[in-house]
Amino acid sequence: MTARLATMVALALMAGAATVPVSSRQPAAAPAAPAIDPKEMAVVEKLRAMFLEKAKGDQAAKAYTVTLPNTTASYGMAPIPAGSFEMGSADPKAPADQKPTRTVTLDAFWMMTTEVNWDAYLMFMFADQASEKTNPDALVDGLSRPTAPHLEMSFGRGNAGFPAISMTAHAANKYAQWLSARTGEYYRVPTEAEWEYACRAGGAPAVEEAQLADVAWYQKNSPTGEFTDGTYHKLGTKKPNAWGLHDMLGNVMEWTSDQYAPYPAAAATNPWVKPTTSYPIAVRGGSWNDAATRVNCTVRYKSDAVWKERDPQLPTSVWYMTDAEWLGFRLVRPSKVPSAEEMYRAWNNGVEVDPY
Amino acid sequence: MPVEALSFVDTDAMSTPAFPLSTQLKTMTTSSNNVPSSSERRDFLKKSGVAAGAAAAAGFPSIISAQSVTNSLKVGLVGAGGRGSGAAAQALSADKNTVLTAVADIDQAIVSRAVTRLSGSQKFGTQVKVDNALFGLDAYDKVINSGVDVVLLASPPGFRPAHLKAAVDAGKHIFCEKPAATDAPGIRSVMESQKAAQAKNIALVCGFCWRYNNMISAAIEQVHGGALGRLVAHYSTYYTNPVKPMPPESARPAGMGDVEWQVRNWYNFVWLSGDSLVEQAVHNADKIMWVMKDQPPASCVSVGGRSVPANGGNIYDHFEANFVYPNGYRVFLANRQSTGCFNGTLDYVMGTEGTLFLGKGKPRIETPDGKIKWQWEGEEYDMYQKEHDVLFASIRSGKPKNDDLNLATSSLLAIMGRDAAYSGQEVTWEQAMNSTVSLLPTQMDMSAKFEAPGLAIPGRTKVS
Repeated sequence: MTARLATMVALALMAGAATVPVSSRQPAAAPAAPAIDPKEMAVVEKLRAMFLEKAKGDQAAKAYTVTLPNTTASYGMAPIPAGSFEMGSADPKAPADQKPTRTVTLDAFWMMTTEVNWDAYLMFMFADQASEKTNPDALVDGLSRPTAPHLEMSFGRGNAGFPAISMTAHAANKYAQWLSARTGEYYRVPTEAEWEYACRAGGAPAVEEAQLADVAWYQKNSPTGEFTDGTYHKLGTKKPNAWGLHDMLGNVMEWTSDQYAPYPAAAATNPWVKPTTSYPIAVRGGSWNDAATRVNCTVRYKSDAVWKERDPQLPTSVWYMTDAEWLGFRLVRPSKVPSAEEMYRAWNNGVEVDPY
Repeated sequence: MPVEALSFVDTDAMSTPAFPLSTQLKTMTTSSNNVPSSSERRDFLKKSGVAAGAAAAAGFPSIISAQSVTNSLKVGLVGAGGRGSGAAAQALSADKNTVLTAVADIDQAIVSRAVTRLSGSQKFGTQVKVDNALFGLDAYDKVINSGVDVVLLASPPGFRPAHLKAAVDAGKHIFCEKPAATDAPGIRSVMESQKAAQAKNIALVCGFCWRYNNMISAAIEQVHGGALGRLVAHYSTYYTNPVKPMPPESARPAGMGDVEWQVRNWYNFVWLSGDSLVEQAVHNADKIMWVMKDQPPASCVSVGGRSVPANGGNIYDHFEANFVYPNGYRVFLANRQSTGCFNGTLDYVMGTEGTLFLGKGKPRIETPDGKIKWQWEGEEYDMYQKEHDVLFASIRSGKPKNDDLNLATSSLLAIMGRDAAYSGQEVTWEQAMNSTVSLLPTQMDMSAKFEAPGLAIPGRTKVS
């Protein structure tokens, strides 16, 4: 399955319209926040004890590299300082969903310097690639993992060093839990506020188009001889932003943990718009498939069940978005280890329901 | 039908091969571009030596007639895993006047999960009215005979011939997933069922979904139209990750019978899945046959093996099958199900005047000097949905579609490739077609003892 992008691009591009399909379907009401499952909570408590132990040895906030134990897969982490910023767009021409602007204050965190790569994500999908059969760990063993895909999920676009794509929000959350268990550090999907703050890196929310190709893979510069409609590219091959983050703009758009909802006007500290329905969830940054005007720090995309409509194992699978070959994610690590309940909520955020 | 009927396979050598192709192969002529010309396309069923005497005896349901069908159609699902529930979703989306009334699988939990998920759909949840949730190895027969009009067959492939036969015998319209079978006796049974379905005017649409994909269809039409000049070779890959890895024997619950343990881990047993080449890369086999207008190759030599322990399963995790056609056209089909390797589902069809590229971005044809000669533009169908749209529209119009004859032949091409690897021998199409080796247990019940043979050893394993 390859040129499904035709579908995406074929949609009329009104000013500021997303290059992703817009569904007329109503989002399904997700079940009320599930009662905490005591068995799973016990696992979270155990993990938290491990994180606290490991966090004792933390140096001052600085960049570092993580290699997944017993594997060669690695990724970089960059420190994001605590601070305040004006979230949203003050540009009168900007789409209404980026308004009003408001002051948001955030605690410090670390953020992955690139999107999650296939090297690590495939280990989440396949335990044997992660050496977990030879180094069993009861905590890791009990975690939720994707069902095997029915398709080759890179769609021929490349694996090693390339961004992982086409996972549901649920899959991104469960990856965060798995990675936390594997590394002893607490990871989760960023909120919209954290994502935008890190993307701006203390600077302007957008890059002039003349300079965009220096930092981003987007519609204009992503085509190759083979993928004439564009494709994702190796991670970290474009210049990083001021805080050392690559590919925040373009390459693949990135999941956040917030419901896609109108912005409130009031200032906020560490806001998290917890989803009450599975769709739409806010997705950020634009991708290799998006025009320059849709690749900046403030533009908001919203997830849609239509992204997974062609998974041959719908409706039993909750892991794959087979039509979203431009969708990925990166994770953050808060500087303070939160309560077990907060971790539980983050890892079980936006339970997948198909209004499909 | 009693469970024993599953050992339906007639292992007597057929006195006349279903496809006496040898003489025709030697004299096969092709049009100028090396693709068999249309006039030479054999009607496989007409050539088949199989009698369809049983066809006339079985009941014809009331909805089968030359009239268009307007009543509500009851749908039964056999095999409620990922693909089966997906097929049910597509059937219910294809036609608003359908109702899912019966579901079968080996296990109540699997049935419940599928029904819960399907019922929860905003799109078609109200069409899910399952009053027959059945489980067990004989549940397929109960679903087929529960008063449904259409059955969706999505069990592990080893069961397919028996399920298809039961559905045709009962006069039901059918969506049948790929592959058709895991061994030659199964393929021959499927051919008989296809013939009977045509005789009874039953719809039979199969799960070779690429044929229902407008983008790939447009590319193959270019090939058939001569865009590549004279065809020289086809290199086709399905390099991907493992599908359902085998758990260790220690994970087997105490007292679970061999057959049940194997069915629960069906992907890892040749009798159930047919192996990776037959279960998954069979889509490539179908593209290969499609390019050649469903003409079979003359023979095949393959290599295959396993790079990680099989944990008691007996499938390989990689193959490369090399087919040769009577006119010298060569086809290379390679697949792999391993982690951490190069991945891609790719096709390169090479001719004297161009190469067709499938699987990376938009299908395109390049000239020998690298210029794009043709490229797909347009909106791609949802092929999984299209199959069901076509099936149900054909039932409604009173002209049931039952010409997906590639169900059996494309599956056999993959079996041929597998058997050439297992045996280490050159295998001809006739040998593949006429093999009497049946892989299925004779006693088909969950608690039965059935020691699956070990991994095939090239040079020692016999396949015919």
